[in-house]
Amino acid sequence: MDRDRDLLKLLYHRMYLIRRFEETAGELYRRGTLLGIVHLYLGEEAVATGVCSALRADDYITSTHRGHGHVLAKGGDPKLLLAELCGKATGYCRGKGGSMHAADLGLGVLGANGIVGGGFGIATGAALSAKKRRSGQVVVCFFGDGATNQGVFMEVLNMAALWKLPVVYVCENNGLGEYSRYEDVAVTSTPIGARAAAFGLPTAEVDGNDVLAVYDAASSAVARARAGDGPSFIEARTHRLSGHHEGDVGFSRRYRTKEELDEQKREEPIGRFRSWLTAGQALSAIEIETMEGEVERQMQEALEFLSQSPYPDAAELWEHVYA
Amino acid sequence: MPESREMTMAEALGEALAEELSRDPTVFLIGEDVGRPGGVYNVTKGLQEEFGEERVMDTPISEAGFAGIGVGAALTGMRPVVEIMFSDFLGLAMDQIVNQAAKLRYMTGGQAKVPLVIRTTMGSGRGAAAQHSQSLQAWVAHIPGLKVVMPSTPADAKGLLKSAIRDDNPVIFFEDKMSYKLTGPVPTGEHLIPLGVADVKRIGEDVTLVATSSMVQVALAAADLLAADGIRAEVVDPRTLKPLDKETILKSVRKTGRAVVIDEGYLSYGVTAEIASLIADEAFDYLDAPVKRIGAADVPVPIARPLELAAIPDEAQVVRVVKALFGPSERARSGGAQHAPGGG
Repeated sequence: MDRDRDLLKLLYHRMYLIRRFEETAGELYRRGTLLGIVHLYLGEEAVATGVCSALRADDYITSTHRGHGHVLAKGGDPKLLLAELCGKATGYCRGKGGSMHAADLGLGVLGANGIVGGGFGIATGAALSAKKRRSGQVVVCFFGDGATNQGVFMEVLNMAALWKLPVVYVCENNGLGEYSRYEDVAVTSTPIGARAAAFGLPTAEVDGNDVLAVYDAASSAVARARAGDGPSFIEARTHRLSGHHEGDVGFSRRYRTKEELDEQKREEPIGRFRSWLTAGQALSAIEIETMEGEVERQMQEALEFLSQSPYPDAAELWEHVYA
Repeated sequence: MPESREMTMAEALGEALAEELSRDPTVFLIGEDVGRPGGVYNVTKGLQEEFGEERVMDTPISEAGFAGIGVGAALTGMRPVVEIMFSDFLGLAMDQIVNQAAKLRYMTGGQAKVPLVIRTTMGSGRGAAAQHSQSLQAWVAHIPGLKVVMPSTPADAKGLLKSAIRDDNPVIFFEDKMSYKLTGPVPTGEHLIPLGVADVKRIGEDVTLVATSSMVQVALAAADLLAADGIRAEVVDPRTLKPLDKETILKSVRKTGRAVVIDEGYLSYGVTAEIASLIADEAFDYLDAPVKRIGAADVPVPIARPLELAAIPDEAQVVRVVKALFGPSERARSGGAQHAPGGG
């Protein structure tokens, strides 16, 4: 099928930006510039990109502890995000949230979340709000396979279906919940989507490393939600190419062999999309390199912004506890 | 004096909800049995008929789910009033309250605002046993970012609930089950009580009884008994634990020189400890006796009537504790003069 060239460019640009952002964040972590707990989205870029590119600017998303990709895919500013990761006053949250709480309410990013499954209630509530306000907004709730074992998942599926809320539940199934393999801690006799299907939600299973497949699945789910036909569920199968968090090298061999990781790396979404684009001559190699150069420039800018950014003043400790 | 009518606390709360539903289209009620059944204590009776199913929503028994839905709706332009039927059930929704609602504004550097009210019930006295009788205000009062309200009269209940709904922060609003049928005058017309302003429910000179919610009536009854013995007790009702009106409490204690703090939560690590510590820190020089605390016994609330009664503070206990603050030969002071620092 013929694809809109602007869309293809947008998808590639966003995925590549997420990739370079995460590589940069990993590097800053290893250098000690970035402290705390940082979960990278390396390898999963096609999911956030495909889904968020199917959204309107005023639509909402809720994100996860592995949230940088969602923020950037919704149009977030890498400068503000990188500064936030490093706790700088110039960051998205004035250095109070960091990696696990990055949010841009103006872009409809209702926040990454340090609690696995923490977005379920918020996303479903935002969908109820959109419906009550008759705003036509749609909400996407991102979460991992691990979060589907939280009880609140079942609770919100029931209410979203009961009230026909405009929400799309997007499960990023990377097969790993923290340091455990999904099949070791959950029944796998049915696909994850069967849990949502039990509440009557339409479900789709897509190759989460195929950005166009993700985009198509998200587009139909979003259209359905926007038309008032209720919630749906997408399982996007992907791989987490980094550890659970940066610095978890001691654990990584306990849940995944080197051979398995190598195989997963061969399936990563960006090289794959690039090959598809050039093979079909949808975009030229020069166009792609131009975009990559633009991303490098964005990352340079973000690093310069970071180096000039101060930490918050001590007096800020007491600000923003209450409205 | 403004005109007023006698109403029960349940009626006053229902009136507050109806007025706010009428005033602001973003307000809606959500919780178990709040709609068609009208609330397990009839507080929301008739509201769904009046405002429709979209404004007064019954939920499945899914506290975590609908509390979280309240957070998300509050974050995106609505003013939900969520009901958690018993404060004992807060545990099921605690992540939504403590990790999401309370922290979103701070974590987002002031971007977010969460104008959410969670109404819940507290208090024993109904033989409802260990999982339907607790007063768990200390749990939430511990958390930065939450406001905590504990009305003791119908008028306060109405005025505080309306203010809570208009507040831009998450507010946990505790209603004492035994007080729902308490009657009292409620002003007609718009009636708002700001959060963070205590109320002196009885003026006295000899001892300050700081009492919350269900314990205000207990303190007032004790004050009557004490008066017969010549001890004039002042009863201070903080009305909100967060924000806490420290000045009104301290002013009273500086006057009386003695303080007993009474709250129906468990004694250990409870609300009474916080307020007693405040008094010890900031009114030490005015004290003639140690600050005393009275709370629920540190046991799961039992069902047998004599055991339940023994677990919960009553006026006889308050009288005993207050009398022990006065030496055997000491008589209650008369004259009511301002008590001097270090004197007595």
